Amino acid sequence: MKPPPFDYHAPRDLGSALSALAEAGTDGKVLAGGQSLIPMLNMRLAAPGHLIDINRLAGLDTVTAGPDGVRVGALARHSRVERSAEVAAAQPLLRQALRQVAHPVIRNRGTVVGSLVHADPAAELPAVLALLGGSVRLARAGERERDVAAGEFFTGPLESAAEPGDLAVSAFFPASPPRSGTAFRELARRHGDYALAGVAAVVSLGEAGEVVRARVACIGVGAVPIVVDVTSAGRPGDWAAAARAVQDRVEPEDDIHATAGYRRHLVGVLAERALGEAAREAADA
Amino acid sequence: MHEITLTVNGVVRQARVPARRLLSDCLRHDLGLTGTHVGCEHGVCGCCTILLDGEPVRSCLTFAVTVDGREITTVEGLAGPDGALSPVQRAFAECHGLQCGFCTPGFLCTATALLRENPAPTEEEVLEGISGNLCRCTGYQNIVKSVHRAAELIAEEP
Ligand SMILES: Cc1cc2nc3c(=O)[nH]c(=O)nc-3n(C[C@H](O)[C@H](O)[C@H](O)COP(=O)(O)OP(=O)(O)OC[C@H]3O[C@@H](n4cnc5c(N)ncnc54)[C@H](O)[C@@H]3O)c2cc1C
Ligand code: FES
Ligand code: FES
Repeated sequence: MKPPPFDYHAPRDLGSALSALAEAGTDGKVLAGGQSLIPMLNMRLAAPGHLIDINRLAGLDTVTAGPDGVRVGALARHSRVERSAEVAAAQPLLRQALRQVAHPVIRNRGTVVGSLVHADPAAELPAVLALLGGSVRLARAGERERDVAAGEFFTGPLESAAEPGDLAVSAFFPASPPRSGTAFRELARRHGDYALAGVAAVVSLGEAGEVVRARVACIGVGAVPIVVDVTSAGRPGDWAAAARAVQDRVEPEDDIHATAGYRRHLVGVLAERALGEAAREAADA
Repeated sequence: MHEITLTVNGVVRQARVPARRLLSDCLRHDLGLTGTHVGCEHGVCGCCTILLDGEPVRSCLTFAVTVDGREITTVEGLAGPDGALSPVQRAFAECHGLQCGFCTPGFLCTATALLRENPAPTEEEVLEGISGNLCRCTGYQNIVKSVHRAAELIAEEP
């Protein structure tokens, strides 16, 4: 099908984008890469009266990586962040996750910030932000920019703290402490599809190789990414107890792709593998 | 309505389109370039893939107004000015990389960009590179062969 008609706005600076969004109110939507919004328009699942296309905004296509972490501007495409060696050095989990987002061609247009605002419960990047304790910076006409922590940003399936009138200008993904490793494991029916379930893991080891901190974030098994701290259950080389703790915490549901029981099983297997891989990486770090 | 200018296959083209015009429809209906095929309009099948400033993207998930002023290559632009097939096109013909041909424009554009970025891809890299394109006919084996063969043909070029 074809998208329903809408009024099109193509602002060139942040101020005009924010006033267009303020004026459109609940009838307005931001158009970034369009890789989720345009399918929804084509399927007529959304019919906003106004689209505010941010693709011409100057200064939003920035990616800065440093010892603290990675800040990604609203127009940084998945592919660019995935390819950046500086990003991979500062926070390797981003590349590990991005490689599993859709297909390379979709990643040429899709934006990292767009994936966060879209907040699909099976999407990889919200789990990365939640696991690392990152934040999203929101701008709004006539107000100061504000940072919303990942824990408060994802509020439900396809729902985030970005309200009508808000523009997410960037997101921040913190670096992990020294002697940390990360991994992202998921299972999808077909390569590039949204995952049935997936697990992002970060493990930090101490001087003697003991587990100092181990956490996972699970996708596809709840309304938002589910973060579980498994530090106390984790032993380097044996993550079975940790995996069981994760299985107890998730809230999967049945759908046409898989049963809740299968998803719960899957999340345990994936958690054990992801934690093991992250721990091995931490030991080598 | 919006006046837009696109450089398509090296030719500057103008069109008057509503904001909701998908780039795929702009190419096919407004500019008469029907080589770009449309299968799903969900981003899933890949047959609408074109090159935007050299990078493969889904034309069904892009509004024409968004890419005003930019450069586009469609399947019609892959052959040389004299009509000589590009190495990727020759490889698909040689290796029987198509049957009905519906998916072919998308595979050709995707493979062209893939080989520009990575002239000697491994089996894995070819599979990953074309993973976003669906084909109902060939069973993919000959498409994979075609991409490897295209890499050889490009390497042999003077
Ligand atoms: C075939 C296919 C497979 C896919 N598979 C996956 C997958 O496996 N995993 C995955 O995570 N995603 C997947 N996706 C979805 C897609 O990659 C992302 O959701 C998408 O790229 C989001 O970014 P965007 O820039 O394209 O956002 P858009 O589509 O432009 O926007 C998405 C939503 O976010 C809002 N928005 C975007 N940017 C901002 C901003 N800066 N400020 C405020 N609001 C904003 C929009 O208004 C809209 O509601 C797939 C898509 C397709 C077509
Ligand atoms: S028509 Fe664009 S991906 Fe199917
Ligand atoms: S050749 Fe028929 S769909 Fe691919």
